[in-house]
Amino acid sequence: MDHKAPKFKESPSQTAGPYVHIGCTPNFSGIGKVWAEDLGARMKTGPVQGTEIEIRGIVYDGTGTPLRDAMVEIWQADAAGLFPSPGETRGDADPNFTGWGRAASHMDTGEFYFDTVKPGRVPFHDGRLQAPHISVWIVARGINVGLQTRIYFDDEEDANAEDPVLSALEHKVRLPTLIAKSQGKNSYRFNIRLQGEGETIFFDV
Amino acid sequence: MTKSPNPPGYMVRDRARHPKALTPSYKTSVVRSPERAMIAFPTSIGENTGPVFGHEMIGPNDNDLVINWAEPGQMALGPRIIVRGRVLDEHGNGVAGALLEFWQANAGGRYRHKKESYLAPLDPNFGGYGRTITDENGGYEFRTVQPGPYPWPNGMNDWRPAHIHFSLFGHAFAQRLITQMYFDGDPMIWQCPIVDTIDSKEAINSLVATLDMSQALPMDARVYTFDLVLRGQRQTFFENRWEGL
Ligand SMILES: [Fe+3]
Repeated sequence: MDHKAPKFKESPSQTAGPYVHIGCTPNFSGIGKVWAEDLGARMKTGPVQGTEIEIRGIVYDGTGTPLRDAMVEIWQADAAGLFPSPGETRGDADPNFTGWGRAASHMDTGEFYFDTVKPGRVPFHDGRLQAPHISVWIVARGINVGLQTRIYFDDEEDANAEDPVLSALEHKVRLPTLIAKSQGKNSYRFNIRLQGEGETIFFDV
Repeated sequence: MTKSPNPPGYMVRDRARHPKALTPSYKTSVVRSPERAMIAFPTSIGENTGPVFGHEMIGPNDNDLVINWAEPGQMALGPRIIVRGRVLDEHGNGVAGALLEFWQANAGGRYRHKKESYLAPLDPNFGGYGRTITDENGGYEFRTVQPGPYPWPNGMNDWRPAHIHFSLFGHAFAQRLITQMYFDGDPMIWQCPIVDTIDSKEAINSLVATLDMSQALPMDARVYTFDLVLRGQRQTFFENRWEGL
């Protein structure tokens, strides 16, 4: 076994800044001219398997003010728990589902929105099954390194109870910050609080 | 379950080389920085995988900011440069098929954005964004104009050094990264509260592109070289095994 430090070090992060939308969602920004559609705008390229859901949320700063300049990305398994990625070796994922979405916060309300499917369960590194969840990455002006969190679902109580990440949390009082709340049929709300009362759990993963 | 391959996980991010969340001289970070410790756990398949972007989605001018937003026959204003380099992982291997997105101010330091507060002139032939995908060796390049420095609302006299923003997608969601490229020799690098969020001078220097006149295109563009490094996979024979193995 070799215990050398890596030869190369990961490039240091810098804030996405206030103008991340110029580069990542130019059509959303009203300056689309180079490509027809923003990347990550559509997670479904045809009829998809499983339950179609929508997720809405707002990212709040430490004063309770919505961020109107955030960009949120999600990555998730399909309804069968398979990832549409070459790294997926367990089977073929739904060909009409990209698994990856990118949303800009609304410039007035700060709300972000994803039209996706309820993910299936996927194994943890040690083989234990995780509860259905979505990986989330948040960048904005004032965020120096993109923040990682997860969306779990409030209608998956049994799976959540045995999830290896959730069940390892020491401060269970913070666990609800990771749970999206049902808002009627197939619609969920997942707000993110960057700081202070109810601060969302962020992961170093 | 038998013989299910478990893709290797990613090395832990060296947080000491990244900025801290709370960096008061960059004022916006004060209310946007989490205060609680992050929760760590090893990557698994959801972090070890990521979306794939094919070369077919890249248009012919996506990596040419000099013309990709210009009226037919027109070009963006400013000193033309080519930015060229490789995307590597922490083992030094080129990352093939990585998606790079970039955006920047125009040669006068002005962004094409509704909320831009620096009223330098817009260039009608410059949008300020592009993208490309790395080749089989992790190589990439794009043509643009050198962005201008610009003042920004932080301290009364804070100016950003000339810079280009980069968004990177490697093979795994765990590798997702946004950063910025600076230009060798720019004295404003060392006066910038955003650059200063990084503690290590060596780490800052890794974000500074170097001028390579030997590669310059005669009567056209100078060349800046800029390599980027994404997280690498752990290498071990003792990867965690699936239950039952
Ligand atoms: Fe900038």
